[in-house]
Amino acid sequence: MGKKISGSVKAQRTITDIVVHIFLVCVAIVWLIPFIWLVAHSFRGGVDRGQFSATFFPTEWTLDNYTRLFTDTATINFPRMFLNTFFIACCSCFVSTFFVLAVSYCVSRVKWKMRKTYLNMAMVINLFPGFMAMVAIYFLLKTVGLTEGNLIPLALVICYSAGAGTQFYVMKGYMDTIPTALDEAAYIDGATKWQTFIKVTLPLCKPMVVYQVITSFMAPWMDFIFAKIICGTKTQFYTVSIGLFSLIDSKEYVSAWFTRFCAGAVLVAVPISILYIFTQRFYQEAMAGGVKG
Amino acid sequence: MSSKELAKVAAAQQNTDTLAAALKSGNPIVLASFLVMGLANMAAGQVIKGLIFLAIEVGFIVYMAIPMGGCHWLSMLPGLGEVERIEVYNEEEGFFEYLPGDRSQQILLYAVATLVIVALFVVIWRASIRSGWKAQRIKAAGKKVPTFMDDLRALLDENIHKLLMTPPFAMLLVFTITPLIYMMLMAFTNYSKEGEHLVLFDWVGLKNFADLFNSSSTIGRQFWGVLLWTVVWAFFATFLNFFLGTIMAMIIDRPTTRCKALWRTILSFTIAVPQFVSLMIIRTMFKDDGAVNKLLQSMGVIGAGVNLPFWTNATWARVTVIVVNIWVGIPYTVMSVTGILKNIPAEQYEAARIDGANAVQQFVNITLPYMFFVMTPTLITTFTNNINNFNVIYLLSSGGPTYVGDTAGQTDLLVTWLYKLTVDKQQFNVAAVIGIMTFLILAFVSLVTYRNSASYKDEGAFK
Repeated sequence: MGKKISGSVKAQRTITDIVVHIFLVCVAIVWLIPFIWLVAHSFRGGVDRGQFSATFFPTEWTLDNYTRLFTDTATINFPRMFLNTFFIACCSCFVSTFFVLAVSYCVSRVKWKMRKTYLNMAMVINLFPGFMAMVAIYFLLKTVGLTEGNLIPLALVICYSAGAGTQFYVMKGYMDTIPTALDEAAYIDGATKWQTFIKVTLPLCKPMVVYQVITSFMAPWMDFIFAKIICGTKTQFYTVSIGLFSLIDSKEYVSAWFTRFCAGAVLVAVPISILYIFTQRFYQEAMAGGVKG
Repeated sequence: MSSKELAKVAAAQQNTDTLAAALKSGNPIVLASFLVMGLANMAAGQVIKGLIFLAIEVGFIVYMAIPMGGCHWLSMLPGLGEVERIEVYNEEEGFFEYLPGDRSQQILLYAVATLVIVALFVVIWRASIRSGWKAQRIKAAGKKVPTFMDDLRALLDENIHKLLMTPPFAMLLVFTITPLIYMMLMAFTNYSKEGEHLVLFDWVGLKNFADLFNSSSTIGRQFWGVLLWTVVWAFFATFLNFFLGTIMAMIIDRPTTRCKALWRTILSFTIAVPQFVSLMIIRTMFKDDGAVNKLLQSMGVIGAGVNLPFWTNATWARVTVIVVNIWVGIPYTVMSVTGILKNIPAEQYEAARIDGANAVQQFVNITLPYMFFVMTPTLITTFTNNINNFNVIYLLSSGGPTYVGDTAGQTDLLVTWLYKLTVDKQQFNVAAVIGIMTFLILAFVSLVTYRNSASYKDEGAFK
């Protein structure tokens, strides 16, 4: 009797397992379909290269969309945009990482009079919609003359890194877990606060620093709001996101360029996704490891 | 000395280190340094420091006094400029030319910048007096006055916060705080394309805010609808994702589920791929002639030639953005929830099972209450982030469908509406009002909850 019951329980469990796995496969398909569709259409050949195709999957395949992205640069200069974005991303990631580290160290390890005021101020600033000040920033940069000619990349670097002073929460949270005893030991050995910051705190934050570097490196690749406002019609300074966005956003391009948009999107999405998986590794390492006192 | 006495001494020192104390018991040189910054420092031997203070004061006075300087812009602030651009006939050259008039936008920006500079100067002025007063006291006590090199060295040690905080704060001040003040002031003007106030505009007081409550004005007619939809959206986007994500995480975490890492990786695709790529693709797929309609037609679910109006019907569009947002949001929930689920004591489930509770009852009575308890702060942050969720709405529906005569579409959130009003419609005053209202709503939601949260109260507890 008992054997029979356990048998039926076992059978029921197997059925649940099968149902669950079928469900997960369905979910996986739903989650992947847009990306599969994107990749498939980046290889679509034929005469019609617009956004609507007669069938779900393309009927003709070609590498043409990728090659023309790099050779046919008269209207949309993809390699140029890629370099623009890379340059801006490198600069802004350097500046914002420095800002985040500096602010986090000060609010986490140093006692100063305005500390609480600064924390409250940062919180209030973060409550405003991020781009509410966007137009004002544009006017400001224009007044200083940064929205003309070769200074546009600099203006974008400023846009992406100026707000870093309020984006310290994750880093501060991490620094808070480092025992203050380590700092005190360094002071006793005669280290200044600067030396403690560079030689004690920073090395302990390494996984978090890597996370911060990659996150701020990725921001310019994803942003299409500031870039659009700052660059306006000066296409030679476009970043990839704004370039690709303009391809699909304007009616004149989308009918002929959609497949090239797909190809460009794949070329941007692949490195960004890989970087993202990296950040997750470091983030989890940081969260799991911490510093044992 | 006991720690109490030490604290008393410190407090006494603190008291002497104020402007009032300097005014009361400072020597004539200290008093003179109220007017000529850096004098007391120089007299005490800190020549370089004193000169720097003096240079700042001279620079400030020059900036304020020059013809197109600070005083000029401040004096223009109340009227925001009156001179219109006029067309005059140039007889020598034989064509019409324009004499530049006032530009209110420029006046407002410069005036705000000047106000910030004045505020900054006051801070430096106070610091200079305290610094000079302190140097004089040290000199009077017969001790060694710190040299410029000592001061520089202190920047790397006990004053490190001054060194490290200055660049980030300066950038914040110039590129975040000044623009924010500027935008907020716009809410009290008539700076808008409507009524041709793009070049010259005036202060209108609280009129724009009054319009919010006037259902016959353009903004009052649309505002409450957009606000309601924003809240509805944030509610669904937050809680639907939370419930479904938790369930998904539990399914993946079942002991007998195979390839857990694979499922999680597939889900995290939506986080890893830039949203302007993935959401633009989805937008294209859901268009009237898009892939989804094609797929449904070829499968025979809908008849040939019939298209589901995903973006063109208000209700369809609203449901579609919420559903697509589930696609975007579940992976985030799965990522953050997985660790927490493991912490639920297994005995609770065991006890429930013995009492005969089925899976659904266990989920409702054990898992959900526990998750709510742990996740409340995260949920509040997610809720506020969703109120500001620009990307999903802008990239998917662009706020559409929009009825004729409206500036806000049926799926527009306050933020996307704000964006449209500034960039496309150039109704800066209305945009500023909406920005302020969004801020007030967010401030209300988060201040109430955040200040009560343990992480804020016990912030110093760890140390």
